[in-house]
Amino acid sequence: MAQVVAIIASTHHPFYYRASTAVGDERPPFADEWVAKIERFRETLTRARPDVLVMVGSDHFHQLWLDNMPQFLVGKAPVYDANWYNEEREFGLPRLRLEGHEELSSHILRGGLDSGFDLAFSNELRIDHSITCPIITLRPEADLPIVPIYTNIFAPPLPQPKRFVELGRTIRELVEAWPSDQRVAIIGTGHLSLELGGPRQFGPHGPDPDFDRRAVEWIANGDLEGCLGEVTLDSLHLPGNATHGFMDFMLMMGVAGQGVRADHVDSLDLFHTMEAYFTWYPEGAPA
Amino acid sequence: MSKYLVNKFLYTVDRDPELVERYRTDPAGTVGWWEKTQANRILNVPEAEASTWLAFEEAERAALVAHDHVALFELGAHPFLTLTLFIAMFERDHPEPLSYQKAYGQALAHLSLPYPDIAT
Repeated sequence: MAQVVAIIASTHHPFYYRASTAVGDERPPFADEWVAKIERFRETLTRARPDVLVMVGSDHFHQLWLDNMPQFLVGKAPVYDANWYNEEREFGLPRLRLEGHEELSSHILRGGLDSGFDLAFSNELRIDHSITCPIITLRPEADLPIVPIYTNIFAPPLPQPKRFVELGRTIRELVEAWPSDQRVAIIGTGHLSLELGGPRQFGPHGPDPDFDRRAVEWIANGDLEGCLGEVTLDSLHLPGNATHGFMDFMLMMGVAGQGVRADHVDSLDLFHTMEAYFTWYPEGAPA
Repeated sequence: MSKYLVNKFLYTVDRDPELVERYRTDPAGTVGWWEKTQANRILNVPEAEASTWLAFEEAERAALVAHDHVALFELGAHPFLTLTLFIAMFERDHPEPLSYQKAYGQALAHLSLPYPDIAT
């Protein structure tokens, strides 16, 4: 059976690419520290020597629209083109082209449908920065096949937080039941507290540093019970109007498992939002 | 309320570079043209199978024509769509990094939780 060699949860900050490549007067003062943290984070994936990446993110009204909005969607295509005009325009993100892994996509779709998740699918999916940001930070060579999985954290009505956790558990089980000798890394990105287009946006820190501190503890300790005990669809409005993206972190906690502490934990307090990086090694840290 | 249609306007303009510039320079003309010719087009469906029922309410039309992002927020437009498009149109007029984004937030400072419902 396939091995889950790394589980990674991260924020996806679209400004990283520009900040990390800027030089001279254009380079922000926090760039060097940010790059150093990302390079350490990247090493946690590199050491695991993955063959294929399952990547959980959320379309930001690029291909998925309100006339036909899936809650959970799995890409099944041989190729994924990536990044969009408005991401080039606002963030300077490069266009990318990623190979797909249709066999694993099919396995997850069939198994998910048979496990109580009526997953949508897409055979032609242009992916956005929720998936390309972790490619840029964690695997800039963009040389591994991927299975993209999109969740709706963006367009209410949204699924309940516990469904994100349950989907994470199911993805883990399905990958471990995949009859293959491939080494799989499961990577998902979300947000801590975040405000977009509201009065608390672009402050000196994230809109709710206290939420961010508790969230990092929940994730680092695998404290799903504590997290599910406090987080509801309603409560997530309080830390910031885009904080429902935290449910993708909850999904990754579901992948990692209740009570399983992360092997790598790091964060960076930036303007506007806090960055946070977590890696688990289900089979022990690689040599 | 036609929050969905306001979002559809923001979404379809934001993804088209020519429409972004047209809406920046001629908001009344762009909103009028869009409501007349585009509002009822179902995306990814041939024009002959367009919808028949979509129209802005007056407050929505006025907010779009006025480039009034505060009013759009108060009407429940999706804040990500509004922010992204307005950055594309107006960040260039504020050369200090992030100064437009900060001013945009400050213009909404009178709002408190719960924010207007954005569900469509």
